[in-house]
Amino acid sequence: MSTVETATGAAKTMVLNMGPQHPSTHGVLRILLELDGETVIKAVPDLGYLHTGIEKSCEDKTYSQAITLTDRMDYLNPLGNNLVYCLAVEKLLGIEVPKRAQYIRVLLVELQRISSHLVWLGTHAIDLGAMSVFLYCFREREEILKIFEFVAGQRMMTSYIRIGGLALEPPTGWLQRVEKFLKMMPSRIDDYETLLTGNRIWMGRTQGIGYISAKDAVALSMTGPTLRAAGIPYDNRKVFPYSSYEEFEFDVPTRTDSDCFARYMIRVAEMRESLKIVRQAMSKIPSVEGPIRTEAPGIVPPEREKMKTEMEALIYHFKIFTEGFSPPPGEVFVTVESPRGELGAFVASDGSPKPLRVHFRSPSYINLQALPKLIEGQLISDVIACIGTIDIVLGDVDR
Amino acid sequence: MTESTSQSANVVVEHLRAWNPKAVAEVIQFRDETTIVVPRELLRATAARCREDAALQFNLLTDATCVDRYPLEPRFEMNYHLVSIPRSDKLRLRVRLSGSDPSVDSLIPVWPGANWLEREIFDLMGIRFTDHPDLRRILLPDDWEGHPLRKDYPVEGYRDIPAIATKYTRNRNL
Repeated sequence: MSTVETATGAAKTMVLNMGPQHPSTHGVLRILLELDGETVIKAVPDLGYLHTGIEKSCEDKTYSQAITLTDRMDYLNPLGNNLVYCLAVEKLLGIEVPKRAQYIRVLLVELQRISSHLVWLGTHAIDLGAMSVFLYCFREREEILKIFEFVAGQRMMTSYIRIGGLALEPPTGWLQRVEKFLKMMPSRIDDYETLLTGNRIWMGRTQGIGYISAKDAVALSMTGPTLRAAGIPYDNRKVFPYSSYEEFEFDVPTRTDSDCFARYMIRVAEMRESLKIVRQAMSKIPSVEGPIRTEAPGIVPPEREKMKTEMEALIYHFKIFTEGFSPPPGEVFVTVESPRGELGAFVASDGSPKPLRVHFRSPSYINLQALPKLIEGQLISDVIACIGTIDIVLGDVDR
Repeated sequence: MTESTSQSANVVVEHLRAWNPKAVAEVIQFRDETTIVVPRELLRATAARCREDAALQFNLLTDATCVDRYPLEPRFEMNYHLVSIPRSDKLRLRVRLSGSDPSVDSLIPVWPGANWLEREIFDLMGIRFTDHPDLRRILLPDDWEGHPLRKDYPVEGYRDIPAIATKYTRNRNL
């Protein structure tokens, strides 16, 4: 630990409290920084300001009721949270989702990835002093949220992905809206790159800042763009495909410089890859006919029409919403690639209608663990750049 | 509790058995997921083997979590989810812990990333990790009483039900 010699010869460092209300901590993160002049010599993150006990609450709800709670963890990726939880429960039950629902899920989750990266890019840029990028990013994100509102009736807390399929049939004309967005978006991404990629201030604030070696990143369980910026092409969509991702063609961008600039480049490239996936999903969705929910009596709610004509459907509907359903005893762990990294859901059943244990492997929480490694020895102004490029969402960190 | 098959064709299981037959106490196959139940005292050695062995290479500890099966015994189940990035494989290691002595070796020497995962489990489940360098609460305030994810902790908390709160305070050193 380096120290400063004062006039009296005594070593002197200063402890600075950053957060929990600091705007660049992206929520309520508090970091205790021990400073030697402007250099950080020790950083201790302090979490829990947003802990809401979602895992405990899930244990007291039926399997379907818990979906609404998952929206509220990573509030920039609610559809991804729905997806990982529903995939876990579906695996526990051993049910398969119709292809059409799988493609719609992929399309929406990829749009969500773009919207999440847009919020990240906007807030990260504003932290480093680029005000206008923030406004542009939020303008495009608004378009995505409008699509979500059109499809699911909600802008953010959609709860649209349900166990066995989707909540409701998307309205007619929704693909045209996505098409409109797809036409507009590539040039907008070019605009952000024009503003930032070759910008000397931007490069000065991000290049060579917050380096972590690939070995350390894996040892600290980091995943997502941070790990891919270190040169490891680990992406759940490729390595352990779910929801028919194996049918889509896309690249996993990687870089080797592993600094804040590399992570920025990775996320921008990922937005373009997501557009490619959305484009492919758009062509796949109309090619498959069929319902958006699987046929699983007693697990998936029956269609409204059937309830009016068939007694069994009415009984199942009543039973699903009063007592729920009971999966076989066992545990499953399902992972998906969220915009922040590997998002996992561990669901344990004891054969009762309520889960024995629901645990979420939140990428923000685990990536944040590496923050001291990134910032120790750097300047205090780089702390902000480093917090930004890890891309944490405090709702996801604290759950 | 789960569909159990003692004879598994899984190469990972056979590899670990060949290394130390005692390390594999039970193999559970459920929904294409392999769980190896490891005796508590062999956990760290087995984990290190899973990471270092050239045929296994489980280099990423993606998650660690705990299940409380109260009132059954052994009460706690620690689940470690390993991923091998070079081999694209997954594995779950499980250790069963009794309610009277819920402690297990920390895996920080094997995967430094276990640090916060174990702190979270300590905070919410009250499992002690021996040799953990910084075993403090992480999500809850330092002066919080009890471990909320335990099954004998009510979902509503203790704030509005003083009768149970006093009972709990008496037994909190369980």
